[in-house]
Amino acid sequence: MARKVSTQRKLVMSAIAWTLGIVIFFPILWTFLTSFKTEGEAVATPPSLFFFHWTTENYAEVQSRSDYFLHFMNSVTISLGSTILGLLIAIPAAWAMAFAPTKRTKDVLMWMLSTKMMPPVGALIPIYLLFRDGGLLDTRIGLVSVLTLINLPIIVWMLYTYFKEIPGEILEAARMDGASLAKEIIYVLTPMAVPGIASTLLLNVILAWNEAFWTLNLTTSNAAPLTAFIASYSSPEGLFYAKLSAASTMAIAPILILGWFSQKQLVRGLTFGAVK
Amino acid sequence: MTLKTVLLGAVSALAFCGIASAETLTIATVNNGDMIRMQKLTDDFKAKNPGIDVQWVTLEENVLRQRVTTDIATKSGQYDIMTIGIYEAPIWGKQGWLAPLDKLSSDAAYDANDLLPPIRSGLTVNGKLYAAPFYGESSMVMYRKDLFDKAGLKMPDAPTWDFIADAARKITDKGSETYGICLRGKAGWGENMAFLTATANAFGARWFDENWMPQFDQPEWKKTLDFYVKLMKDAGPPGASSNGFNENLALFQNGKCGMWIDATVAASFVTNPKESKVADKVGFALAPDTGLGKRGNWLWSWNLAIPAGSKKVEAAQKFISWATSKDYLKLVAEKDGWANVPPGTRTSLYANADYQKAAPFAKMTIDSINAADPKKPTVKPVPYEGVQYVAIPEFQGIGTAVGQQFSAALAGQVTVDQALQSAQQLTEREMKKAGYPKK
Repeated sequence: MARKVSTQRKLVMSAIAWTLGIVIFFPILWTFLTSFKTEGEAVATPPSLFFFHWTTENYAEVQSRSDYFLHFMNSVTISLGSTILGLLIAIPAAWAMAFAPTKRTKDVLMWMLSTKMMPPVGALIPIYLLFRDGGLLDTRIGLVSVLTLINLPIIVWMLYTYFKEIPGEILEAARMDGASLAKEIIYVLTPMAVPGIASTLLLNVILAWNEAFWTLNLTTSNAAPLTAFIASYSSPEGLFYAKLSAASTMAIAPILILGWFSQKQLVRGLTFGAVK
Repeated sequence: MTLKTVLLGAVSALAFCGIASAETLTIATVNNGDMIRMQKLTDDFKAKNPGIDVQWVTLEENVLRQRVTTDIATKSGQYDIMTIGIYEAPIWGKQGWLAPLDKLSSDAAYDANDLLPPIRSGLTVNGKLYAAPFYGESSMVMYRKDLFDKAGLKMPDAPTWDFIADAARKITDKGSETYGICLRGKAGWGENMAFLTATANAFGARWFDENWMPQFDQPEWKKTLDFYVKLMKDAGPPGASSNGFNENLALFQNGKCGMWIDATVAASFVTNPKESKVADKVGFALAPDTGLGKRGNWLWSWNLAIPAGSKKVEAAQKFISWATSKDYLKLVAEKDGWANVPPGTRTSLYANADYQKAAPFAKMTIDSINAADPKKPTVKPVPYEGVQYVAIPEFQGIGTAVGQQFSAALAGQVTVDQALQSAQQLTEREMKKAGYPKK
């Protein structure tokens, strides 16, 4: 039952929430504004927030210099591909751990999580050599597989916590009615866990979209996603903030819009497993 | 059903991969103005060489260095042409990692003898050219003529450090945010150490003696660092310990610096009225000395090279020959004007009257480059090559670690003596680990 909250408390809470929201959002807003400045204005001190000469020349320059669409399609393929592949592996795995646990299930889960504790650069050279020998450098399939492996622990963990919330009796009932294991997972478990699966999918698409270590190190041009597109606008000699901001804005816009429209599912899914 | 659709999707995603044409050159390069211009002019190369396609991979300098090093050390063959610095060229050439550019050296039309001698010599190992320079630079003094006039000062063509320091202090007016001098302070072997190593040469200091013993415990280094830290405290901008090339460029362009000593390529930025508020007030002078016979000006070039074992050597040589030729300079001049031609690679460019007229900094650039001698960088003899770096593989790590000490001294976190002592210790340790002195 909700407690009664005083107006004053509400006001204070809203103020804090708004302040936090603005602080978190400010870098993105700043990037967005900078992308419409000239290179000179972008580094001017004191900087101006809104009162500068607005220009879209950075976007034109970025458009003429790089193939945005190619990088965009690579990002879409890689993030969606790795997430869907990951879900295909993780749904049965999480089912097994949630509904048919063994003595070692907890250890397996911890072990999977432990793979995330090593800094990725520690595995760079072995993976790089494997990719080289397998002809996977600069291919989308290579990136899809490496990102699947990297995000798999998170996917399994998220799904596992959602599945734990679902009463095993429902699955049992389905089995009593003669459903096979595959049918049980596809027609009973999955529909019930849709909010959880959706938020796992969204979160992992976002993680894969923003992944900048492997995508930068294992690609050159054909499979380079938007992270590589952004990286190409940083320069050691010459001003580049405005163009870099334009490239960044173009790279984050799709995922930002996706996140905006799916925020309800995202929040619901992320709080789904919490104590109600 | 759902599963099938997903699988179909995955299969079609697979089908996307692996479509490539026969002769495509993949070129790794840095995001610098001259390189970007080259990308835009690629069509001219393609028109002259039908059947060869070009694909660009543009990266930030540090990322490029890391990517290219991984690629060449593991012989992955992801790049057909690499943009490398004059620091890497001799090291990699000696390792056998680069294909010698024999065709260019022997091609009369290419005229390798026209390449500027200090740069050509830096790219040559055992008489073989391993990389072709795309643009070259040295360092020089850029100063504000209006501020000098106001202070009643006159910049000589070849100033001394004492004059520079004196002038910087006179010009400084912290109330109006005018600082006498802007110098690099951001830690890094290619950032503050490039400037400080070159400056130390003018003060008679050196990184190592003939037996590869680090020299930070010698009085010359103390004099250099003391001078630099004091000068920056009196006449430098606040927060100078985090300023690199770009930060100082922004300060200078916004009229906050009386003087700036940095790369000669900066000249075309600070005199560009579209970017710079002080475009018409900039003068140039040679990097300062202290009367010991060496000027603190460095030598750097970005070069194109072919990894050894590449299967497309012939096409790659064609491209390099196009991009570093005299005709390429003419092509840029036709399209974007002589002021935008990549500087510092060819003697003939500096004899060109049109170029001299369009680029007021031309004479200072060529004099600065020719005054730098990578084989004999400082007053005393040294066992290494390189003006603002030491051409050994270990230098990147050591240079950056020492740079952090010196940056901390500039920020006032440690004293000059402490910084030098730490630098000496860490250099000794690293060099010992690397097996120096080598007999």
